[in-house]
Amino acid sequence: MTKITMTVNGKSYSGEVEGRTLLVNFLRETLSLTGTHVGCDTSQCGACTVHVNGQNVKSCTMFAIEADGADVTTVEGIAAPDGTLSTVQQAFQDYHGLQCGFCTPGMIMTATKLLENNPKPTEHEVREYLEGNICRCTGYHNIVKAIMAASGQEVTPVAAAE
Amino acid sequence: MPKDSGIGASSKRREDVRFLTGVGNYTDDINMHGQTYAYFLRSEVAHGKINNLDIADASAMPGVLKIFTADDLTAAGGVPCGWQVTDRFGNPMQEPKHPILAEGKVRHVGDPIACVVAETLEQARDAAEAIELDIEELEAVIDMKAALNDGATKVHDDLDNNLCYDWGFVEENRDAVDEAIKNAHHVTTLELTNNRLVPNPMEPRVAIGDYSRGKDEYTLYTTSQNPHVIRLLMGAFVLSIPEHKLRVVAPDVGGGFGSKIYHYAEEAMVTFASKVVNRPVKWTCSRSEAFVSDAHGRDHVTKIELAMDENHMFTAVRTETYANMGAYLSTFAPSIPTWLHGTLMAGNYKTPLVYVNVKAVFTNTVPVDAYRGAGRPEATYQLERVVDKAARELGVDPAELRRKNFIKPEEFPYQTPVAVVYDTGNYHATLDKGLEMVDYANFDKRVAESKARGKLRGLGIAHFIEACGIAPSNLVGQLGARAGLYESATVRVNATGGLVVMTGSHSHGQGHETSFAQVVADMIGIDENMVEIVHGDTNNAPMGMGTYGSRSIAVGGSAMVRATEKIIAKAKKVASHLLEASEGDIELKDGAFSVAGTDKSITWGEVCLAAYVPHNYPLEDLEPGLEETAFYDPSNFTYPSGAYICEVEVDEETGKVDILGFTAADDFGNVINPMIVEGQVHGGVAQGIGQAMLENTVYDENGQLLTGSYMDYAMPRAADVPNFSVDHSCVTPCTHNPLGVKGCGEAGAIGSPPAVVNAVIDALHRGGHTHVEHIDMPVSPARVWAAINNK
Repeated sequence: MTKITMTVNGKSYSGEVEGRTLLVNFLRETLSLTGTHVGCDTSQCGACTVHVNGQNVKSCTMFAIEADGADVTTVEGIAAPDGTLSTVQQAFQDYHGLQCGFCTPGMIMTATKLLENNPKPTEHEVREYLEGNICRCTGYHNIVKAIMAASGQEVTPVAAAE
Repeated sequence: MPKDSGIGASSKRREDVRFLTGVGNYTDDINMHGQTYAYFLRSEVAHGKINNLDIADASAMPGVLKIFTADDLTAAGGVPCGWQVTDRFGNPMQEPKHPILAEGKVRHVGDPIACVVAETLEQARDAAEAIELDIEELEAVIDMKAALNDGATKVHDDLDNNLCYDWGFVEENRDAVDEAIKNAHHVTTLELTNNRLVPNPMEPRVAIGDYSRGKDEYTLYTTSQNPHVIRLLMGAFVLSIPEHKLRVVAPDVGGGFGSKIYHYAEEAMVTFASKVVNRPVKWTCSRSEAFVSDAHGRDHVTKIELAMDENHMFTAVRTETYANMGAYLSTFAPSIPTWLHGTLMAGNYKTPLVYVNVKAVFTNTVPVDAYRGAGRPEATYQLERVVDKAARELGVDPAELRRKNFIKPEEFPYQTPVAVVYDTGNYHATLDKGLEMVDYANFDKRVAESKARGKLRGLGIAHFIEACGIAPSNLVGQLGARAGLYESATVRVNATGGLVVMTGSHSHGQGHETSFAQVVADMIGIDENMVEIVHGDTNNAPMGMGTYGSRSIAVGGSAMVRATEKIIAKAKKVASHLLEASEGDIELKDGAFSVAGTDKSITWGEVCLAAYVPHNYPLEDLEPGLEETAFYDPSNFTYPSGAYICEVEVDEETGKVDILGFTAADDFGNVINPMIVEGQVHGGVAQGIGQAMLENTVYDENGQLLTGSYMDYAMPRAADVPNFSVDHSCVTPCTHNPLGVKGCGEAGAIGSPPAVVNAVIDALHRGGHTHVEHIDMPVSPARVWAAINNK
């Protein structure tokens, strides 16, 4: 067992880990930050996406030991301390960009990173950037719409009864 | 004007905030005090005899509490099947035992053999690796038709053969259909495969068993679409635990699509194990494990014939289908290719004679059961493909051929030749709406525009019908269901006027916490936020058959409406006492009770308070309190329908297909929350496009699953699907439920695959490749290219 320390959502945490412990397991099991999800075991689905030192990382693909000393942000660290949703989170609610919610933490982390790097993406760029995040519920239509709306670009309104 | 609350409003989903901020409560997020971890040793071969299973050394490994094998489970029953199909000769289907852990034989890759329970997951895994296992590999039965050959290796030694059943429907029409086809002016024939799919909800399955020695009670936390059904099946048939000693909780569940309906062996195993080790036992499925242990979907091989007269009116449909059951019968498996498939073979058409033959086959593959649509996508796919082929053979417009044969709006209710009665519909309206949305009239111009760029453009139409809102209990009982398919709801009004609705429906993405609250709030005329929807716990709702088959709003919603009506009726009695007026004069509007024709009124909250603080209350006539329960058993299925239209461009050089547009014009009856309904259609269409273009489950001849991860199984990603145009403005309300709703969950997955394939075939024909009559799904570039070039 090795002792590691990292900053997660602005707070410093320490814990003992085995060499084989994945970052996602450290977050979920040791720190009880269960917002980060595990949807596959081949680094494909992206439900476990977090930010490590400002980079998008699939936390199932990184050992906890590798994040020793790192600055980590998880989905629990995205809203304001008073609970106010971020622009991306609010757009996902406003445009129905989630259904079962399981892929959502990864989507929020990826979308947040996209808009940091590319504040006004085209729809094509959004779809390409989401390549590493699988959603089975929404057909992506409203996820893409939510991200476009969060970037301040015009989108069609959410459905209304005739 | 769009409404901003209540029925018909696109209320924002209240469940979103917890999911967006990472504080949802999925089963894997639950950790119990003293929890242990289960890991399953699974078969790596498709078919084999267990010659030796020695757990002695492994049991002595660090942290191991107990290793379970079939020897520990002799008192337990097998995993039960919930539906018995009777074959066309009147005999019951062949029904093999489905043991929790393998009993001497393994029958598919992934079949569980032993369960290790240890202090940590790593220790459990390490111990599983140390188990000594000697399996003698036997010939695997993979191909369905070969499985039925005389002398074929049997999946189950104690059955006569690999045929589960040979089903005919409507058996009395068999000869008449044969005659009609023989005498037809034209017969169009098509042979096709409905490709096997893995449902793949993003949350893998998880189960935690927790036995309380103090109370001699069990709790199972599980990723289920129907916790009450799990309680019933596991309690009554597997572990002999009475319902009052077994609580099943399905908290936030990350998608299901059918695969979380069934009672799985792992649920029974952790529940059983928790008593033996006297600690909570948690099992979390990995994705690789899910591919070989979650029930799969579809996997039909079909020949369909459509007969027509000289006026192009359909005179008969005859089909022969081989349906893969896999190695064991999953909970609803026998019903999918039969009652959920054969009863839809009239489609939207007035075809007078239909005969459906289905041979269900055991193979050494993962069990196959319902996946979004369940039997109805298989029916729609073959019918809408053969109608399209017929139009091409006859040289007529495929929209026109459909329109000509549609049941007319004035002909409802319509008795089909396959038992069901469609209550309402207007197929002409939805087809016209869809064609208007895609600007069908100007399609030829777009074909020319694509051609100028060297691409082949095609347009595919499909018009689906489904039977959902499952289902009238007396009917399904006659058809072999071993359960009733009603739903229940309890509405509890609190003293200060807020309501808790406990429903047997389960939300795993559908947004019931929002849309169900809209209905109840609308009925009473109060703010939606005064209504809380509670689901997913057998200790809350009195009973529940759960969520599948697009049944939640139609059946669960109806139960909730009935319970709320009882609440309102009682509240009116209280109000009449408080207002000193006759009960018949009391009106409820906007959350206030008033006396008709006067200005006397009292608020909802005052009546609720009086019910719980009955100082001034008609105690001689009425009990205090305000809580009501209703069970609702539907009198018929509901029949959503709609036009699904796909426009594609095909690159002749590579065979690559691009979807340029996808349009769905649905009739769902009345709609509670349009935003949620459209989201359901989007998701269903994406799954249908996935089936049509990307997804396929491939076993090799030895029964090894070649597509067992997201590296090999092509899940649709954001760039694989287009934006969708969806419409639900054609409304013919359901006539037999109180909300006039039909259900929308499966439509997208039903209507879209034939639309995609029809579009690809259309593009190839317009490009002169008229030899291509059919391409099986998924229509991958390799398959399209081969079809173009293999003349």
